[in-house]
Amino acid sequence: MNTQGDYQTKATLETFGFLPKLSAEDVQKQIAYMVANGWSPAIEHELPANKMEHYWTMWKLPFFGETNMANILGELEACRRSYPDHNIRLIGYDAYTQTQQVCFVVYEG
Amino acid sequence: MSASKAYEAGVKEYRDKYWTPDYVPLDTDLLACFKVIGQEGVPREEVAAAVAAESSTGTWSTVWSEYLTDLEFYKGRAYRIEDVPGDPSAFYTFIAYPLDLFEEGSVVNVLTSLVGNVFGFKALRSLRLEDIRFPIAYIKTCGGPPAGIALERDRLNKYGRPLLGCTIKPKLGLSAKNYGRAVYECLRGGLDLTKDDENINSQPFMRWRDRWDFVAEAIDKAERETGERKGHYLNVTASTPEEMYKRAEYAKELNMPIIMHDFLTGGFTANTGLANWCRENGILLHIHRAMHAVIDRNPHHGIHFRVLAKCLRLSGGDQLHTGTVVGKLEGDRNSTLGFVDQLRESFVPEDRSRGVFFDQDWGSMPGVFAVASGGIHVWHMPALVTIFGDDSCLQFGGGTQGHPWGNAAGACANRVALEASVKARNEGREIEKEARDILTEAAKHSPELAIAMDTWKEIKFEFDTVDKLDVQ
Repeated sequence: MNTQGDYQTKATLETFGFLPKLSAEDVQKQIAYMVANGWSPAIEHELPANKMEHYWTMWKLPFFGETNMANILGELEACRRSYPDHNIRLIGYDAYTQTQQVCFVVYEG
Repeated sequence: MSASKAYEAGVKEYRDKYWTPDYVPLDTDLLACFKVIGQEGVPREEVAAAVAAESSTGTWSTVWSEYLTDLEFYKGRAYRIEDVPGDPSAFYTFIAYPLDLFEEGSVVNVLTSLVGNVFGFKALRSLRLEDIRFPIAYIKTCGGPPAGIALERDRLNKYGRPLLGCTIKPKLGLSAKNYGRAVYECLRGGLDLTKDDENINSQPFMRWRDRWDFVAEAIDKAERETGERKGHYLNVTASTPEEMYKRAEYAKELNMPIIMHDFLTGGFTANTGLANWCRENGILLHIHRAMHAVIDRNPHHGIHFRVLAKCLRLSGGDQLHTGTVVGKLEGDRNSTLGFVDQLRESFVPEDRSRGVFFDQDWGSMPGVFAVASGGIHVWHMPALVTIFGDDSCLQFGGGTQGHPWGNAAGACANRVALEASVKARNEGREIEKEARDILTEAAKHSPELAIAMDTWKEIKFEFDTVDKLDVQ
């Protein structure tokens, strides 16, 4: 008998898109990593239909200098409450390399 | 006014002019370290001076026209000699070259001097160029990577992890449509990028234009279905520059994000021109390194790969193959880390434990992704993420397409293993030590990964490295 599987294409959202949905604890650990490296947390949200656009809408400004994990989680929740049908991603900006060292979707709309 | 010297015909000892142990190199000097074995009975100073002379202004006989210029201003100087640890047959010589010996922005010109005639010089038994310190003044004259790491991430929308790629197999013999199928399967399964094998150019079984058309369709479809950005390195390496540019232009017409070149077989002139074209046209450039082992593998002869890597960063490329350390091809871990730094960092300090002989300031030159490719599979993933970090492209050829369910499932297995490794690393886990646990955990929700782990569990490539670092 043929035991091969039928691999079905998945619509995914880039980094961590192939892992099971991250738990609150998982997200906290990733924020801790970002903060420990001195990167600036930022939150962006966008309608799922526009997911391939480079620019998503920013939630407020990046949280420069913010190291309190609870505050960052609080902002993620607040964004989620305001835009329940949007994809919401968390970003870690590195001013030295001028790129994002962390970027993954926390909530799918 | 100083008196000029009288011309005396004849042959002088090189060391009279080119051995200058008191010389303090200038910040603008180009410095080189060679590993040398001289002919029996010739003193080290004479051998070192001969290398300096033959790679700069000197010739074997004094000539009258030397007196029309000031060779003190132009000559290379051997300024230091060192023992090679663990190898009494050889010694290192350090040579300083004045900046004006070299044409601006031309690694071609630098190499023609430094690794030209001198390598065939009879007074030497063997010679190897170990390292070059390019002065920042010279680096600023070179174009460098068309985009660089940060811009490549932005264009491809890949952040916080290594890129994931795959070379399409079999290397040769597929038709264009079947080849595009293999590309599509890899990309829909979760890879970011696929690659033409280096010896795929435009053979009778698959002409380049047909490959471009089918691959473009594969990329478009995979992007639409997955919602992620995808690419394929279209190999534009060709027999003439005109043909190379023609192929590059058609890739641009099809909106392809990245093309590819073989910088050693194609040559530095072609590579620098193509890098400039890519910068002008907003296309990324992947660089293969066929022929490198011919030049860099013998510890007593040739050019160390760290020099070739530095030259490539100056000539231009956004990704360069560096070996894998853990896969099927030669590569010492510390030595590899030494030249990976040269590709990506803005300053690399001297570190003999990594084979780095000089401080190297890269200034504002963009970085190059390190590409790890060759005989790697899912079990290697935690080690690869540890060794190469995020600014790398991990390429699994057989390790994707050899999956029992096919390319898409193989790609998925790699992507799951990669993301599980990155997530665990960010959580502070020692992923190389905990590799088995991390992959086993991840495989619980991915049958594709579980099957890949079972398929490749016994495959290892444990051979001793031929080109070891010189340490005791």
